[in-house]
Amino acid sequence: MNFYILSLVKTGLLAFVLLTFCAYLVWIERKVLAHIQLRPGPYRVGPHGLLQPLSDLIKLVTKEGLIPGNVSTGLYLFAPFLAVALALVSIVTIPFGPEFEIFGVRTWLGLTDLNIGVLFILAMSSLGVYATAIGGWASNSKYALLGGLRSSAQMISYELPLALAIVAPILIANTLSFKELAEAQSGFHFGFLPKWHIFAAPFPQIFSFLIFLVAAFAETNRVPFDLPEAETELVAGFHTEYTSTMFAAFFTAEYANIVTICCVTTLLFLGGWHPLFPSAYGSDYVPVILLLGVAGMFFFHAGQTIKTRRWDRFSFPVGGVLSLGLAGLFLIPMLQPILVPFFWFAAKTLLLIFVFIWVRGTLPRFRYDQLMRFAWTFLFPVAVVNLLITAFAVALTSK
Amino acid sequence: MDALLFLTFATIAVACAINLVLQTHPIASALSLVGVMGSLAVLYLLLGGEFIAAVQVIVYAGAIMVLFVFVIMLLNAAAEKKTKKPALRAVVAVPLLFTFLMLVAYLIQTQVPKGPGVQFGGFSGGSPADIGRALFTTYILPFEITSVVILIAILGAVVLARKEV
Repeated sequence: MNFYILSLVKTGLLAFVLLTFCAYLVWIERKVLAHIQLRPGPYRVGPHGLLQPLSDLIKLVTKEGLIPGNVSTGLYLFAPFLAVALALVSIVTIPFGPEFEIFGVRTWLGLTDLNIGVLFILAMSSLGVYATAIGGWASNSKYALLGGLRSSAQMISYELPLALAIVAPILIANTLSFKELAEAQSGFHFGFLPKWHIFAAPFPQIFSFLIFLVAAFAETNRVPFDLPEAETELVAGFHTEYTSTMFAAFFTAEYANIVTICCVTTLLFLGGWHPLFPSAYGSDYVPVILLLGVAGMFFFHAGQTIKTRRWDRFSFPVGGVLSLGLAGLFLIPMLQPILVPFFWFAAKTLLLIFVFIWVRGTLPRFRYDQLMRFAWTFLFPVAVVNLLITAFAVALTSK
Repeated sequence: MDALLFLTFATIAVACAINLVLQTHPIASALSLVGVMGSLAVLYLLLGGEFIAAVQVIVYAGAIMVLFVFVIMLLNAAAEKKTKKPALRAVVAVPLLFTFLMLVAYLIQTQVPKGPGVQFGGFSGGSPADIGRALFTTYILPFEITSVVILIAILGAVVLARKEV
């Protein structure tokens, strides 16, 4: 019975955190893109536009859900449901931290640990193609159909280098469970270099990491591979005909997929929740120092508010006090074994998400033939060679 | 719990299979086939073959059927037209179908040896390590021959698809 209650609590918590984070990911993306382009970004709704996701949500839900007259209604309604369901299901195998004990209950941050966790994520991502393909086809519009076709061709092509890039670190760790993959990366070479897979012993997995990242951009339909929804040629691609909550479902699925794939990258290559340097050198206090810095910045700017930004007189001190409170949480000894690993996991994942947004603000879109040629004549052979070298290195060094 | 899950997904599999035949539109038929494969994967999971279940989804539902759907969408195949069938066909076909089903039931009843029956979760050889060991030791020859056969198929496809220079 205890197990059911615990799972229920964890599921609710994960769903709440994931969906809220997806909503705020849109805010983060708009802010980062805006700052790359030297403009302030969302600013009107709430302090620094912080209530923008909420107002977007209200706008999308209260809009009229229009079903065009010439669509295949069943499949048209099924596609966004499928997209969001698959995107939310695939995160259940991700562990966010190690085992810990709280109030006498022994548990760990994460819902379930499958011994085929990596394959499960691959399966869910390969099923995700159906959502875009069906959505594009059922809309009965040439732009949507072209978007759906492009998306299925692109995702099939980039799944190969993606899978091959995943196999290399798995060969080194010798497991398919995410939890064991992360545990295999604990410890340090020479006492300071972390044993993450990008620094792995027989053959550093830096190339698999790069291949995986590039293929992940294509799998999540992100710039520079966002051909399925290239707005300059296809209006909005596969979701051209979607409105209201159905559009919101596609949108949520896209951002949830980005979160999942960044978590997977962290677990496969960047050591999961293991810190960058040993705790003997004080890695447990990194979050406290960072949060203190954030609080200092808040208070510094609160002292010199600009007249036109009236909100900042209240929001900056509040932000500073909140950061101080969070820093205090990281100092409580009972919470430290939970929060510090989670901090490292979240820091790496957020850094990867930032890279996703950064690339969107920097690179132009590929042409369609360039996209396919890049996958088949460059990425795939490189992934195969990388896998072969890794396999030889592992075979030579293992007993 | 196991029996309930089994019944649910077995029903879904059979319903999708019937739908596959009854649908007139190729896309609907292809998606029903995906439904059959997905529920089969769940049945494998129930029996303890988690690796086979994942591979079933990745290979069949995720790769092969996506290609099917892709081609159907690319050709923009329309729904097939229902032609009026002669009444005699139904009169002959229905009894024949029942005879066939009864024959199959009879054969299973008499020919298949009576064992203890399937125990849910009783099988534990379905992990990736077990399957890998079996493939690369006991069944190494069929495994390698299959890979050569697939290579021949790929080469054949390339030769057929290549334009004459």
